[in-house]
Amino acid sequence: RRKPAMDLLLAASEQAKVNPRTQTTSPIVTGASVLAITYKDGVMMMADTLASYGSMARYKSVQRVEKVNDGTVLGASGEFSDFQYIKDLLEDLTDEEFDMDDGCQMLPQQIHSYLSRVMYNRRSKVNPLYNQLVVAGYDSKKSESYLGAVDMYGSTFKDDIVATGYGMYLALPLLRKGHDKKMDESAARKLLEKCMTVLFYRDCRTINKYNIAKVTASGVEISKPYSLPTQWGYKRFVNPHLTE
Amino acid sequence: MSATGSGYDLSVTTFSPDGRVFQVEYAAKAIEKSGTAIGIRCADGIVLGVEKAITSRMILNESTRRIYTVGIHNGIAISGFAADARQIVNRGREEATSYKSYYAGPIPGNVLANRLAGFIHLHTLYWYYRPFGCAVLIGSYNPQGEPELYQIDPSGVCHGYYAAVIGKNKEAAKSELEKIDFSTYTCKEAVKEIARIIYKLHDESKDKDFTIEMTWACNDSKKKHVRVPADLLQEAVDKAKEMKAKEEQDSDDDDDDDDDAPPAKPSK
Repeated sequence: RRKPAMDLLLAASEQAKVNPRTQTTSPIVTGASVLAITYKDGVMMMADTLASYGSMARYKSVQRVEKVNDGTVLGASGEFSDFQYIKDLLEDLTDEEFDMDDGCQMLPQQIHSYLSRVMYNRRSKVNPLYNQLVVAGYDSKKSESYLGAVDMYGSTFKDDIVATGYGMYLALPLLRKGHDKKMDESAARKLLEKCMTVLFYRDCRTINKYNIAKVTASGVEISKPYSLPTQWGYKRFVNPHLTE
Repeated sequence: MSATGSGYDLSVTTFSPDGRVFQVEYAAKAIEKSGTAIGIRCADGIVLGVEKAITSRMILNESTRRIYTVGIHNGIAISGFAADARQIVNRGREEATSYKSYYAGPIPGNVLANRLAGFIHLHTLYWYYRPFGCAVLIGSYNPQGEPELYQIDPSGVCHGYYAAVIGKNKEAAKSELEKIDFSTYTCKEAVKEIARIIYKLHDESKDKDFTIEMTWACNDSKKKHVRVPADLLQEAVDKAKEMKAKEEQDSDDDDDDDDDAPPAKPSK
């Protein structure tokens, strides 16, 4: 005899397949990888500014790395509208906190925990928020960095290196090789930029325009969009038929 | 003593023969003994200040709030039953969140004031509710608009003001505020003036010891409703104490002069 919870899940998953679709299980407008690492002064996160419509590079100037409060940034890959919805949820929380004016500010780990509950609850209704989220922040009181990820199933983890999407396959090995918790800001930046360049070469759903964010004891700084130098002049790339 | 309602004052759903709802008037009485709250609308923002009586040596003064932030850019200062006012503030925060979810922006002062006025008025319409025993001042500086100040009393009536006072000594405070030229007044000047007025009207012999809670929403605070910086407030309080001491000194000197002058002779 099946358990009642199982019945509910099966019923929900049947509902997800009928029309009209009130439970969506596939994304439409998507963002590619997000990379993040800890370094000497805090954490750093980088992502490109593209939201794709399938194979079309549709919105080329979106920001996929956003400030949550003075100690935390959130990056997302996957469905862009779900990221916008999650941003609104977090903004409601930070507004309430501002009004309360009690000297407390949500810590990155609290935001991470909140998001993981939201994601897991949605997945349990077979109506997921189709994102892989990266929560990066700095706890000024304890002088500690925080870096974690939540995916669309509600799985969470914390690590010094986080990557989503194609970044998990292409960038993670490079990040693991080059990362050091004590590396300084320019070394951290160089490492992230090297990985984003590799992703631009190899992931077809990326563009060469990025935001980089850092969170340190002095707060959050998100850069204006900028591009990285790329190399397309390889002889056999220009002319694959060369025999020499 | 106030006129007895003689039977027309037992329920908020009863009019008296001369068209008064006594329960609402009695609700207003609850505010007359409570600490003064002053709001000033300046050219560059709004300032709200409250005289907080220290009821006991054992209370942690920072824990009692009389001014609350609602929807980031609005402040609500209260006078009267603090518990009743808390409900108004909570409703205000719900209204602000709901407005933002529909219109993607912070709730403007006049919208918030009208919604809360309707909420307060609601509680004067039904037999099973009692009216709120408090009045509120709503100071607002919406980033897309101008500074605004509103006052709502227990009847649910809402008006916009350049300067408003609720609580005890409000008539005396109003006459002080009437002297201001609001078109050029700045928030920094208002902070000093509110402190001065509160100290001036405080009677050491009759009233309890007090602290001042002051907030503003001005260009300096990026139009967000926050507490006035501690150093500016301290400066204003020191100035206010100085001015009060000087006034008392002057009036003592005047009394001494009167003693010296010879008594006037009646003309024949």
